Amino acid sequence: MRYLDEFSDPDLAGKLVDQIHAVTTQPWAMMEVCGGQTHSIIRHGIDQLLPEGVEMIHGPGCPVCVTPLEIIDKALAIAEQPGVIFCSFGDMLRVPGSGKDLFSIKSAGGDVRVVYSPLDALTLARENPDKQVVFFGIGFETTAPANAMTVYQAKRLGIENFSLLVSHVLVPPAVAAIMESPTCRVQAFLAAGHVCSVMGTAEYPPLAERYGVPIVVTGFEPLDILEGIRRTVIQLEEGRHELENAYPRAVVAEGNPAAMAMLRDVFEVTDRTWRGIGMIPESGWRLSERYARFDAEERFSVTDIHTDESALCRSGEVLQGLIKPHECAAFGKECTPRNPLGATMVSSEGACAAYFTYRRLELVES
Amino acid sequence: MCLAVPGRVVSVTERDGTTMADVDFGGLRKEVCLEYIPDVKVDEYVIVHVGFAIQRLDEQSAQETLANFDRLGILEEEFGDGFEIAARQAGAEG
Ligand code: SF4
Repeated sequence: MRYLDEFSDPDLAGKLVDQIHAVTTQPWAMMEVCGGQTHSIIRHGIDQLLPEGVEMIHGPGCPVCVTPLEIIDKALAIAEQPGVIFCSFGDMLRVPGSGKDLFSIKSAGGDVRVVYSPLDALTLARENPDKQVVFFGIGFETTAPANAMTVYQAKRLGIENFSLLVSHVLVPPAVAAIMESPTCRVQAFLAAGHVCSVMGTAEYPPLAERYGVPIVVTGFEPLDILEGIRRTVIQLEEGRHELENAYPRAVVAEGNPAAMAMLRDVFEVTDRTWRGIGMIPESGWRLSERYARFDAEERFSVTDIHTDESALCRSGEVLQGLIKPHECAAFGKECTPRNPLGATMVSSEGACAAYFTYRRLELVES
Repeated sequence: MCLAVPGRVVSVTERDGTTMADVDFGGLRKEVCLEYIPDVKVDEYVIVHVGFAIQRLDEQSAQETLANFDRLGILEEEFGDGFEIAARQAGAEG
């Protein structure tokens, strides 16, 4: 059992939990879209504070987890090439490709670097004009403006030895795909707050309308999540399905117009494969024609690498909320954070890793 | 990496035609690109994701979030050495 004193304001947490209990009259299943929210929910045991039958389904919102194996294999193929400095966020280092990961390529002498910001990779490109510097540009709408600005600057400043391996994914098409699935159990969504900080909220009312689901923009801190759940349950109980913003301190309806303009210039919408889910039409971004020469896939001729996912790992079902991580036979046995079989075990935002880190004793030994 | 962390703008500079800022995250400083919120002033708070300010934030919310993140060890995760963290996770339980 979890205790409310883990919350920054236990009184407020208690009040929110009480209100959720007071309004709930029947079971509901809602999905939190973002991996940061999943991490927070498991870490603080928020799902265990909810009324019997109110279930949190952990969605596909961890960018590391949904990046397809094929792109990881392309990244590894590029990182192994001599004369390449391959830059990435730290979370990608241990994501397993078909054979290796970036960590092992670094150990074998490859020049793999972890950067805080993609602009750091651009600085490396300037300092190493004799090298090819590649940045692994993954992530949702929150991260895309950073990568877009970096490519824009590379072009503007004529830094031609820089390129981007792009695998950006978009939240609204994933919400639609989840609702279209015949096995869908989701009745409401907590939308990802910082995605909406960038993109605003305009894309969500049509989805709420079409699928009859409440969509509540929610932050990441434990109290934010409780507030998001409270508002979602109230909508469900009242039979409403609207867009609500429960994170107004960081989200305005119009988003960040400067960032959105940059995204429109640098990227164009493309079909994307999501690891564990499959292809979702128009669910990602690739570099637009104007920036195509900064595309690392073209520059390093890795467009022909094609990889199938492992048959053993059930992360696809985890990502769609069809099973919980511990219902996978490999969980905590063959598959652990040290030896991950699937991407949802690698990233600390992945549902399997979050369950392993915070629930292992409860789940495996009971 | 999905995290966005609030910080206080300490100073604003121009670098290669790009608006940059020194931003303080509860004692830790980083250089941050301000191009997406160019009218931010010194001492205002912004939400920063992978080195880019993506929105403004009021001071009280920012302080509360920073205190919360500090307590949970999230600041160290976000700004610590990526290789060290990955190596530690690889060597950790399991
Ligand atoms: S526990 Fe491991 S093998 Fe099972 S679904 Fe999760 S990542 Fe895949």
